[in-house]
Amino acid sequence: MADLVSHPDETRVVSQRFGKGAADINRHLELDGYKAVQKALQMQPDDIINEVKTSNLRGRGGAGFSTGMKWAFVPKQSDKPKYILVNGDESEPGTCKDRLILEHDPHSVIEGVVIAGLAVGAKVGYVYIRGEYRYLVDIMRKAIADAYAKGFLGKNIFGSGKDFDVHWHTGAGAYEVGEESALMESLEGKRGIPRIRPPFPAIVGLWGGPTVINNVETLASVPHIILMGGQKFADYGPPKNGGTRLFCLSGHINKPGVYELPLGYPLKKMIYEVGGGIPNGRKLKAVVPGGSSTFVLTAEEADQMNMDFDSFSKRGEFLGSGGVVVLDDQTCMVKFALRVMKFYQHESCGWCIPCREGTDWLKKTLTRFHAGGGLKKDIDNIKYLAQNMLGRTFCPLGDAAAIPTMSIVDKWRSEFEAHLEGRPCPFEPEGSRTISELPVIA
Amino acid sequence: MAEPKSITITVDGKSLSAPAGTLLIEACKAVGIEVPSFCYYPGLSLQAACRMCLVRIEKMPKLQTACTVQITDGMVVTSDSDEVRQARKSMIELLLGNHPLDCPVCDAGGECELQDMTFKYGAAESRYMEGKLHKEEQQWSPVVYFDRPRCILCYRCVRACGEGMDVWALGVQNRGSSSVIAPNQGDHLECEECGMCIDICPVGALTSGAYRYKTRPWEMKHVGTICTHCGDGCKTTLGMRRSDTGMDIVRGDNRDKSGINGDFLCIKGRYAFDYFDHKDRLRHPLIRRNGQLTQATWEEALEHVGKRLKEIRDTQGGQAIGVIGSNRTTNEENYLLQKFARTVLGTNNIDHHRTTDFAGFARAITGKQNATATMRDVATASSILLIGNDPTEQHPLLAWNIRSNVRLNRAKLFIVNSRPIKLRRQAAAFLQVPEGRESKFVAFLNGDDTAAGSLTSPAVSNDSLKQVRDQLRGAQDPIIIFGSELRGADIAALVKFGSGVRAMFICLGDYANSRGAADMGLYPDLFPGYVAADGPHNFNEEWGKVPQVKGMDIAGMMQAAKDRKLAALYVVGSNPVTDYSFDPAALQNAFVVVQELFLTETALLAEVVFPAASAYEKAGTFTNTCGDIQLLKKAGEISSVRSDFEIIVRVADRMGADTKKLVPFGKGVHADMGQSRGAQSGEADRHAVWLTANNLDPRLSPFDPMAILDEIQRLVPGYEFSRLNLIAGNDEHVTAAEHSNAGAGNGLVQIVPANDSLFTSGTLGRYSHTLNSVIENRRSTESKEVMAD
Ligand SMILES: Cc1cc2nc3c(=O)[nH]c(=O)nc-3n(C[C@H](O)[C@H](O)[C@H](O)COP(=O)(O)O)c2cc1C
Ligand code: SF4
Ligand code: SF4
Ligand code: SF4
Ligand code: SF4
Ligand code: FES
Repeated sequence: MADLVSHPDETRVVSQRFGKGAADINRHLELDGYKAVQKALQMQPDDIINEVKTSNLRGRGGAGFSTGMKWAFVPKQSDKPKYILVNGDESEPGTCKDRLILEHDPHSVIEGVVIAGLAVGAKVGYVYIRGEYRYLVDIMRKAIADAYAKGFLGKNIFGSGKDFDVHWHTGAGAYEVGEESALMESLEGKRGIPRIRPPFPAIVGLWGGPTVINNVETLASVPHIILMGGQKFADYGPPKNGGTRLFCLSGHINKPGVYELPLGYPLKKMIYEVGGGIPNGRKLKAVVPGGSSTFVLTAEEADQMNMDFDSFSKRGEFLGSGGVVVLDDQTCMVKFALRVMKFYQHESCGWCIPCREGTDWLKKTLTRFHAGGGLKKDIDNIKYLAQNMLGRTFCPLGDAAAIPTMSIVDKWRSEFEAHLEGRPCPFEPEGSRTISELPVIA
Repeated sequence: MAEPKSITITVDGKSLSAPAGTLLIEACKAVGIEVPSFCYYPGLSLQAACRMCLVRIEKMPKLQTACTVQITDGMVVTSDSDEVRQARKSMIELLLGNHPLDCPVCDAGGECELQDMTFKYGAAESRYMEGKLHKEEQQWSPVVYFDRPRCILCYRCVRACGEGMDVWALGVQNRGSSSVIAPNQGDHLECEECGMCIDICPVGALTSGAYRYKTRPWEMKHVGTICTHCGDGCKTTLGMRRSDTGMDIVRGDNRDKSGINGDFLCIKGRYAFDYFDHKDRLRHPLIRRNGQLTQATWEEALEHVGKRLKEIRDTQGGQAIGVIGSNRTTNEENYLLQKFARTVLGTNNIDHHRTTDFAGFARAITGKQNATATMRDVATASSILLIGNDPTEQHPLLAWNIRSNVRLNRAKLFIVNSRPIKLRRQAAAFLQVPEGRESKFVAFLNGDDTAAGSLTSPAVSNDSLKQVRDQLRGAQDPIIIFGSELRGADIAALVKFGSGVRAMFICLGDYANSRGAADMGLYPDLFPGYVAADGPHNFNEEWGKVPQVKGMDIAGMMQAAKDRKLAALYVVGSNPVTDYSFDPAALQNAFVVVQELFLTETALLAEVVFPAASAYEKAGTFTNTCGDIQLLKKAGEISSVRSDFEIIVRVADRMGADTKKLVPFGKGVHADMGQSRGAQSGEADRHAVWLTANNLDPRLSPFDPMAILDEIQRLVPGYEFSRLNLIAGNDEHVTAAEHSNAGAGNGLVQIVPANDSLFTSGTLGRYSHTLNSVIENRRSTESKEVMAD
């Protein structure tokens, strides 16, 4: 069980039931649970979609696409069944919020699924939970069973004459299946590799049927939007960036944890006030704003940033998944780049050339480089490789590997130069090796 | 279906039009703009994996894969710019990073798409310093080897095997840079061993057990000819090298893809040419001396045969001689053989191993137009009814075309069979009926509802029968395909039903030229073109006197032999002792002559055995089971064998026959019986294109099969195809069956289906090293059907 943290600046919408035993269905009901579904059952599908549009809710999985719009893409008529698919594969490094929702308030996710189903005309939902989150599967399984037992799921839910089924499914340990089309492949029992788009899932998704795929947090926000009204939710954040967000503070920070803050919250304040600043009196060097796939910010840039989608997209960058990783001035950025690349190399599904081969060579080169075996031309080669991956891979994982790499080489080139020609890593002189112990140099 | 409307796009400033829905890569190809690709392969599912085909499309933020984007009106594309070139170059760099670059010893070196792309799009210097990933090479089956480091993960093999073959033997294991193509059975293949995966592999990752490390590709001469095994007639390209004995066939594939088989070859077409140099191949004539077959010269053998046959004919008459032809020899040889029998030996006692009732089929469709479908039609028909046979095993190309049609065009397939044949997986309806009741189904089709009673079972209800019949009645120009399960009157009944829906038919027979044998009149009662021997015909005028009475079929000859009434039996490329259980004892006193490649059970009884050339060592034409005629090109020669054509002419000559009448070669040129090698082997073909085009007579030798083809084309109705087209390597469709005047059949005929499987092929298959090694290998493993993905 993850420890819960809190800060007075928090606006608790999605996390309002955290720590209150709401995984228990009766407790959940005491806390206004399943009221939103009943309200939605009285609404017209289009009205539900409009309410969500008004809320300016944008996808919490990372891409920040308007949820209301996504739902509106689903065709009204379909020969094949429609589906709601909850993306609970949460594997983006630095991101650990969906697990709290699934642990503390699983019924809010079920509620969100049913409401989405009512909005688009689906009768079946799947909750896909990351394989490593084994303990959450038990919680979700119980929550679903309890909801069936109460008649909230199954035939004739809430006596409405409507049917709705929810199933859970668990992954086998692949970051890539968090990507929505690979997620569908995985759920269908195939290798977790992405699909060609178009067609988009809203038109041709699971087993060929129109499918809405949303992040756990996105769907957990929906019942609150239905209850409080879209406008109120929208008003928590700046224009077009509705509501609050669960930010996961980690790294070199005094009070790590998941905090629910309004979108647009200043990053500086998040680090120094909410997170209690950097430990051991050290200084800030860099911030990963939203999971390892985002452009890494320098301390100066971090001071200026507000944490909403548009503030980042204005710069051609991404707010990402809510995983804020703080790095202090004793961090070796070469090592950090290597650590990040090890992740992507390990997680690349291998389908396309640039990501499969590119991440592998980047990992190999960075490994040698960090160990002191770097050559001057390697610095440009690293950047060249990343540049040639960016925008050319089959799915965004390749971009996700290229983006942090490029920004680190660009912003901390001097740290790369400091490693050249057998020099030990300046940040860990004790532990570094002599040149004869280095990995292969041709 | 309405034709999709044509739309216009701009590529590199050029405007081009293509039907809406066309993939950008295909639209570019059509106007000669090459967009490089590895993973894209026409007819297989899209992958978007290799990223070689990236192009810039206006208004799109990123480069787009031309292999997945469908063109839209007004699309503006840049396929050649610094940005696009750089993208391609970097993909190659990345591929080469882990590639072993062992081109000097790689089978694919010289015909490798990765080499070609590197040459064209550049990535000559490496940016990487660390070691390459390595994995040991694996052998997956007698014919399939896999070298992971060379693999570029284009997934063509996986798709060719799964989507194309419906075998699903290959998959991908692991992920990221550890991704690896692997057999779904773990470490070995349990599959059809078709080699499609090897052929489609753009690099040298998959290599063939039969070919690997034998040659450099540029050392081969390539000869486009026809497979010599089943009745489907796949075009194959043979890779030829010289050897001690004259020639070596090192490879069979279908690189030129222009044939009726497109991409396809089965294991036999790809590997089973290897019987040609089996150590047991006959290399000199044999004459029985003191009860033993002993080596003889051609001179001795020809003299002996000519003399004895003449004697027998002159003393006992032609009725005392029987002739059994082949369904593996060329049309020209078959035609010549029956003409030899009828005009030189003076007998209608001629037959061949019948594997299906082509004569009954000809009777049924006589006078109809467009009654026979081509092999190509099978790939495009909107619906297909298949009664009997198991094409996956017996007609692999037909099965491939059916599958492709169902997969790519959603054709409707209806199957009626007594066994759960594998094609049922593609069928819209599969009716498993009790063995031998296929004809009841035909009666049911024709409206006899009482027939349903003998067809129903727990799996086949009355309703399902009716539904299939209703759908077939409403079908648009269907193709109806049937095996030897239907004969005689049943075929006529089926044709009656089919005529109501404008159906076209295919009658399935085994072996490479059994249709040709039938068309050429290897029948005791039918002349070439299914002309009744006892009916009106003009062969007397054309050939001089021919016997008017029907001759004996194989069964009749067997009985006559028993009754000591058969003085001689002349067998060409056939093994009646095994195929028809021809009683060896009955032949004890007959003069038996056999033209063969091997010492078969029948050859062992012979007085004289002539070593015949295989189909790789001679030229001519083959007609496949559909009636598609193609040119058999001579690939090379091995010493001391002669084509069946030449042997027949020489025997006729020794019998004192006028060879000029037998083979109408040259105009006024004297027969030079000494000249043979060049002409018999079809070297005249090359000049023939030019000579024929200029209306000149190219025939200079009695051994030139083209000379008799002239006569075939003149005398066999339905064989008026374009010779130039054929010589250019294309296929033509012949319709002798539609033009027959076969008259009433003579009741039940003896039909013995070959029942060959994918890994057997009658006599010749027994001498194929590859087929034997695969059969051997499979004994240890039980093979099962694999679920489709
Ligand atoms: C490599 C990769 C991994 C992803 N992982 C996740 C994930 O773990 N959870 C998630 O919700 N979205 C993930 N996404 C984003 C999804 O593709 C998709 O955009 C999202 O689930 C849509 O939901 P939303 O609109 O509610 O954000 C990932 C995307 C990529 C490219
Ligand atoms: S970018 Fe390519 S290799 Fe990487 S995860 Fe996506 S599809 Fe797989
Ligand atoms: S040989 Fe043919 S059947 Fe066997 S794996 Fe290759 S493609 Fe599949
Ligand atoms: S083995 Fe050949 S065909 Fe198969 S994926 Fe590798 S390169 Fe492609
Ligand atoms: S399908 Fe028939 S003709 Fe084609 S390769 Fe196989 S055996 Fe030869
Ligand atoms: S050919 Fe388009 S991605 Fe491979």
